[in-house]
Amino acid sequence: MPPVEPDAGAAGPAEKPRHRPSRAPRTPMPERGAAERAQDFDEVALGYTEEMARAEAARCLQCRNATCIEGCPVNIDIKSFIGHIIDGEYHEAVAVLKERNALPAMCGRVCPQEEQCEIACVLAKKGDPVAIGRLERWLGDFDLACELEKRCVPEIAGPTGFRCAVVGSGPAGLACAGELARLGHAVTIFESLHAPGGVLTYGIPEFRLPKAIVEAEIFMLTEMGVEIVTDAVIGATYTLEELMTEEGYDAVFIGSGAGLPVFLGVPGENLNGVYSANEFLTRVNLMGAYEFPKSDTPVARGRKVAVIGGGNVAMDSARTALRLGAEEVFLVYRRTEDEMPARREEVHHAREEGVEFKMLCSPSEILGRDGFVTGLVATRMELGEPDDSGRRAPVCVMDSEFEIDCDIVIVAVGTRANPLLAQAAPDLERSSRGYVLTGDEGATNIPGVFAGGDIVTGAATVILAMGAGKTSARAMDRWLSERSSAV
Amino acid sequence: MFEIVHKRQLSEAVFEMGVRAPRVARKARAGQFFIMRTTGHGERVPFTFSDWSAEGGWIRFIFMRVGKTTHELSHFEVGDSVADVVGPLGIPTHVEDVGRIAVLGGGVGAAVAYPVARAMADAGNEVTVVLGARNEDLLILREEFEALPLKELLVVTDDGSAGEKGLVTAPLKRLAEAGEIDHAMAIGPAIMMKFCAATAREHDVPCTVSLNPIMVDGTGMCGACRVSVGGETKFGCVDGPDFDGWEVDFEELMSRQRVYVDDERAADADYSRGCSCHQ
Repeated sequence: MPPVEPDAGAAGPAEKPRHRPSRAPRTPMPERGAAERAQDFDEVALGYTEEMARAEAARCLQCRNATCIEGCPVNIDIKSFIGHIIDGEYHEAVAVLKERNALPAMCGRVCPQEEQCEIACVLAKKGDPVAIGRLERWLGDFDLACELEKRCVPEIAGPTGFRCAVVGSGPAGLACAGELARLGHAVTIFESLHAPGGVLTYGIPEFRLPKAIVEAEIFMLTEMGVEIVTDAVIGATYTLEELMTEEGYDAVFIGSGAGLPVFLGVPGENLNGVYSANEFLTRVNLMGAYEFPKSDTPVARGRKVAVIGGGNVAMDSARTALRLGAEEVFLVYRRTEDEMPARREEVHHAREEGVEFKMLCSPSEILGRDGFVTGLVATRMELGEPDDSGRRAPVCVMDSEFEIDCDIVIVAVGTRANPLLAQAAPDLERSSRGYVLTGDEGATNIPGVFAGGDIVTGAATVILAMGAGKTSARAMDRWLSERSSAV
Repeated sequence: MFEIVHKRQLSEAVFEMGVRAPRVARKARAGQFFIMRTTGHGERVPFTFSDWSAEGGWIRFIFMRVGKTTHELSHFEVGDSVADVVGPLGIPTHVEDVGRIAVLGGGVGAAVAYPVARAMADAGNEVTVVLGARNEDLLILREEFEALPLKELLVVTDDGSAGEKGLVTAPLKRLAEAGEIDHAMAIGPAIMMKFCAATAREHDVPCTVSLNPIMVDGTGMCGACRVSVGGETKFGCVDGPDFDGWEVDFEELMSRQRVYVDDERAADADYSRGCSCHQ
């Protein structure tokens, strides 16, 4: 017996047949074989078919108290959209999804659902939860596959007359812009690169998040009236003050991302062949270096590639290096697989494709000849007592240095705040590490200026940034209406 | 898209170009750069401003045809448009009245030296410009420099086809030895800046250099442009492009500038096969 009595009848209109949850196991999502997919940049996971989506939705208990909704950082009404899939009402399901999330095809692919909505699913207590993320992805793709007129555009409130500027077109900025537009504000996004999307465009690879999906969902925002200005660096092209005076914006949201890559601080780090993950991924994803010389940007294609780090960005880098033709790719991480911050699914995919995991080792030097990388010196580590993060801290094993033969090193150990922000707004209060200090809802010390995403929290996830963008949008809306009623 | 509003061929392979970019022109300062993409498949290439007009809404830069991108760019004409122009980027050259200053421009670096010399003169400095090139044909902006309120303009070429025969370090050495300069500012190929910084240091003259590492985003996001300055890693794009020449590891810079040489050659060869000027 399921642990909670289903109660679809109570939620839906009386005439609908009572939902009887299926007892079938979780529906697997088809994906391309490891050997085939590691040869190209096409998407790994293929997504559900309609039949699969119906079968998976049928597993949902439609709980009276749907705990999954609490697990979602933007509180999507998961129970309701799954209910609509059960009933075959796909357009209605998309509408529910888009009430809370303007970018479902992207979030369905990159959110860590296993630690958010799905972990909160009642079925997870005794078995596999409903594959909420896969259903979200399927709905997002369903919507984008429709003719433009049939796609779901959220209902937009009447124009408020206020103009809002959004700095950065990554997840935080896009979510904030979408919400502000829905609330009736005129929104302009300023993006420093030549293409919008932030990390969704330059960072997350095609094989995990096709750029056509990113472009299509951003296009839907422009259909909602959001204007996007590329090639505009806040702090260089405009200062924050100029946005609010000369350019006439009533409120500004800063979602500029964490920015600056962190390096290891070991000898040899500036040898040719050492990349930050940001640079490596930007060259390949944003600049299309995998098509060089058809695209003009080159990237070094290593024979043996060492990737330093254990997060999703490290996995993306390692799997990208494989696709560029590397014979061997090593993932060098100073703790063990259990402590890796990467999603399990990404770790699994990377391993399946042939990435070799070198756990419990920490690089101490990068070796080179004639200016180019030839290898890496690493020290063996062991796990000691838990540190501040709650994970067991790695400790060096004495005299345990060894060499790893490689010609490319990709450093994926995180980012820190970009100094351009200080030029954008010298008066903006920041932490000692350069991140913007805000209240709960993103308000900064400057009236009318809000911030969210990695520039506030440091590097985190797409959905957390989106949640912050959305929360700030509502706070901006309140701030604008309070200010206008005070006048 | 950004329209090309000016083009002038300065020598066989050197071009001056002006682009309509009012947002960028409004903010440009001496020593800063912008990033350009010629077309939708283009790479992001940094170019330092050689001139600009806030009122006119244009920026200018000078480039030498060396690889595919500059080759392609050399075929753009007035009225054509390039895909992207973003800036102004980098920290502007620190301009103040330091007294007597030598501004050394080597090759295409003279283009960057021009607004720097102008700003230094405007700030009240006594400015000597040393303009260097391999030969007379490659010497650029001589008339423009002559029109500035300089103390002196010295011209040097490797082969002696114009001005003094030799390298820019020779007049720098003389000026420094005679105690006639308080500061040097060297802008040009890395090897030239390396020797200028060394020469200045021998005579205890501070020397600022304007570095030109490879960049991608140009806003601090990728770290392609990292340079070692005084043993510390700096980002050319957000910490520079100007640095203390005494402290720069030029060998590393030159090595890093060569990382894609083979790729660049292949791309240019590939482009040239289909290019009208080579048929």
